[in-house]
Amino acid sequence: MWRDHSDLSGVVDELTRAVSLTRESGTSRRAFLKAGAATSAGLVVACFMPLGMRRVFAEDVAKKPAQTLPNAFVRIAPDNSVTVLLKHSEMGQGVWTSIPMVVADELDCDWSKVKVEHAPAAPEYKHTVFGIQMTGGSTSTWESFAQLREAGATARALLIAAAAKKWNLAGTSDCRTENGFVLCGDKKASYGELAEAAAKLPLPTNVALKKPEEFRLIGKPTKRLDSKAKVTGTAEFGIDVKRPGMLVATVARAPVFGAKLKSFDATKAKAVAGVVDVVQVPSGVAVLGKHFWAAKQGRDALIVDWDLGEGAKISSEGLRAEYRKLAQIKGAVAKTAGDVDAALKAGKLIEAEYEVPFLAHAPMEPENCTVEIGKDGADIWTGTQFQTLDQGLSAQILGLKPEQVRVHTTFLGGGFGRRANPTCDYVTEAVQVAKASGKTVKVVWTREDDIHGGYYRPMWLSRLRATLGKDGKPAAWAHTLVGQSIIAGTPFAAAMIKDGVDATSVEGAADSPYLEAVPAHRVDLHSPTSPISVLWWRSVGHSNTAFVVEGFVDELAHAAKQDPLKYRQALLPEKSRERLALDLAAEKFGWGKPLPKGHAAGIAVHASFGSYVAQIAEVSVENKQIKVHRVVCAIDCGPVVNPLTIEAQMQSGIAFGLGAALHSELSFKAGRVEQSNFHNYTVLRSNEMPRVEVHIVPSTDKMGGVGEPGTPPIAPAVANAVFAATGQRLRQLPLRLA
Amino acid sequence: MKLNVNGQEHEVDAPADMPLLWVLRDLIGLTGTKFGCGMAQCGACTVHVDGAATRSCITPAAALAGKKITTIEGIGKDGDHPVQRAWIEADVVQCGYCQSGQIMAAAALLKQKPQPTDADIDAAMSGNICRCGTYQRIRTAVHRAAELSVAAK
Repeated sequence: MWRDHSDLSGVVDELTRAVSLTRESGTSRRAFLKAGAATSAGLVVACFMPLGMRRVFAEDVAKKPAQTLPNAFVRIAPDNSVTVLLKHSEMGQGVWTSIPMVVADELDCDWSKVKVEHAPAAPEYKHTVFGIQMTGGSTSTWESFAQLREAGATARALLIAAAAKKWNLAGTSDCRTENGFVLCGDKKASYGELAEAAAKLPLPTNVALKKPEEFRLIGKPTKRLDSKAKVTGTAEFGIDVKRPGMLVATVARAPVFGAKLKSFDATKAKAVAGVVDVVQVPSGVAVLGKHFWAAKQGRDALIVDWDLGEGAKISSEGLRAEYRKLAQIKGAVAKTAGDVDAALKAGKLIEAEYEVPFLAHAPMEPENCTVEIGKDGADIWTGTQFQTLDQGLSAQILGLKPEQVRVHTTFLGGGFGRRANPTCDYVTEAVQVAKASGKTVKVVWTREDDIHGGYYRPMWLSRLRATLGKDGKPAAWAHTLVGQSIIAGTPFAAAMIKDGVDATSVEGAADSPYLEAVPAHRVDLHSPTSPISVLWWRSVGHSNTAFVVEGFVDELAHAAKQDPLKYRQALLPEKSRERLALDLAAEKFGWGKPLPKGHAAGIAVHASFGSYVAQIAEVSVENKQIKVHRVVCAIDCGPVVNPLTIEAQMQSGIAFGLGAALHSELSFKAGRVEQSNFHNYTVLRSNEMPRVEVHIVPSTDKMGGVGEPGTPPIAPAVANAVFAATGQRLRQLPLRLA
Repeated sequence: MKLNVNGQEHEVDAPADMPLLWVLRDLIGLTGTKFGCGMAQCGACTVHVDGAATRSCITPAAALAGKKITTIEGIGKDGDHPVQRAWIEADVVQCGYCQSGQIMAAAALLKQKPQPTDADIDAAMSGNICRCGTYQRIRTAVHRAAELSVAAK
């Protein structure tokens, strides 16, 4: 398939610069995630924000005098409506609500008058840490928290200044705001009345922010602002976009990774009613029709001859054998302490091999993108997590400047990482189809295209060895991971691969807090390559390492004849955030109390994306079928913006991870993916959804993310519960009982 | 062919094998009904045909002459159907892509079983996949919709 990164140079330069900025400041993405917003992000915000705000302010005032009080993030209209321009993409995770809460709280406006729009692709909307406009890494709330509070507070200060001017006051000290009004003595003016005048005032410096105890919205359970559009079918997703004269296209892509197009015969395809054109593009052959059905029927009638190449030899079985061999030798060292090899010989060796398969993200909305090329540039409508790259790569294909490509972000029918990839595959492909055909076109993928389309969570194999000390605690710990690097060959490589170690491959393993309690330890990595494209899948490396580390710790607890909870507690420092989450989960679950007959409990705790999550799963096993009845989840994510979002994201992360734990597997035979649609690429369904109870650790610590951290602990919690129920230690996902 | 969708007659020019889903979305312009799998595996395309939950992605439109088709756009007015109201109250949606299908499935269930148990809900709704995993709040919302339906009568 089309997996060439070599044509990305222009955009890559910008991205590399942005990413190396983060490296120069002495930290990697992972380190950033651990460091949280308070330190690193705050500095970057201070560098970027005032400049960006000032620019958009000036432009918008010039262009839209009627729009009154615009800045990069807030527009206030004469009807008192407040529009928050969302620089992040709403893909289910709730930023459409939680981000406006932050702005509105500092602005002190009427929440019922808040509207939300996705921001266009523009420099003002760059991620404060990553330096490009993007949504990912469970970062949205913390990376923009300071920036957006300041945006809201700045707008509020301007409105107050405008009111003081209107009332000819000497200063603003007697003015206050309340729910969308500025008040001073018996005088009162609405934000809508003041906005136009406020927009003409100079930007204040050093605006005062609220004290946490003054928050009216932040921290309060707040219902979503996108519910109504989404329950009435009016929310616009990429696939719903319609433009004048638009055609719909499907693309015949290579059946095997790395295959090259030899020839094609479009005679029969063109004979299908409604098919308008057939064009070759770098990724394959596109069939354009008056509607999807014509394009799909046309593609079915297309005859394409592929040179399959080496990719046809790929099989999951072959990869497993290769990975097993590699796991026997030491790889690139990610973390080490003490004399591990000697320590492993000093006691009874406990050894285990863990494995997780390739996975597709399978968002409910299949990939799609609409492109319209005009005289002065191009317009792109799509659900995307990577606006800056979409814009830059599309501009390169079309020979335009990036600002000539207008990216319109729609709602995303799920992202989970799939809509953020370094080649922007489904966007650049649509641009190629529009360019080759000269038509306004919407390229729509089928579910089969999605499942076969690459960018999978990598298959990973782990070999673990340990010995126990007299107290039962691990004395030696060696973990060798084998799996394709997500970052290698992408613009992120320079910043995120160090000494042969892709930080995302070992996250959750090399920085496991348990290692601090093990005198001799080593985590090393092999990153074999293949034509299969791999990508971050909700929780990235943690989707593997939590299963492995938490499974193996459970094994060690069993070997030490200790209770799994007490064993973990003994290894984790008492005041650590992992420990706080673990203790809360155990208390709320009632760990150790009798369970219904046939039920057993398993536990896991794992930190990712700046948050600390413990989960306890209650399961039963009947006829080799695992049933998860209940999951108690405790999270420490630092200061809370919207508790309803946190609860939803923990439920969501658990459902996503549980589907993978129980069912999902993407496998290869003769280079072909063996699964194709939801009948054989199976995910969690409603009848399998356990009762999930979410508890939030009260915390003033650094703010972390919530989109991903709920996913990693569920697979090990369930596997550990299955062990408690059956005595079978399952070390491979999806979990299958013998 | 002639189709009655949400009480309105539509004259459409579609190939005989064209599924209702694409007739609705690409010819009539009702995009609330979603494409998820194309083989009746995920339920995103669920509509009502004469009141029964139907997977529009595998149902040829040509077979539906004379039948009443209801889509998410026609189930309530401005989101006032009890199921839609319950969905908003329970803060169900996340990405929202599957929710049209979920709501149509739930509305059909409540017509058959006005007071469904959790088991009834699981049985009726397990054909509707939600990758965001909103299943728990869906359960809550279906129960709430049952209450709202009673209150409305």
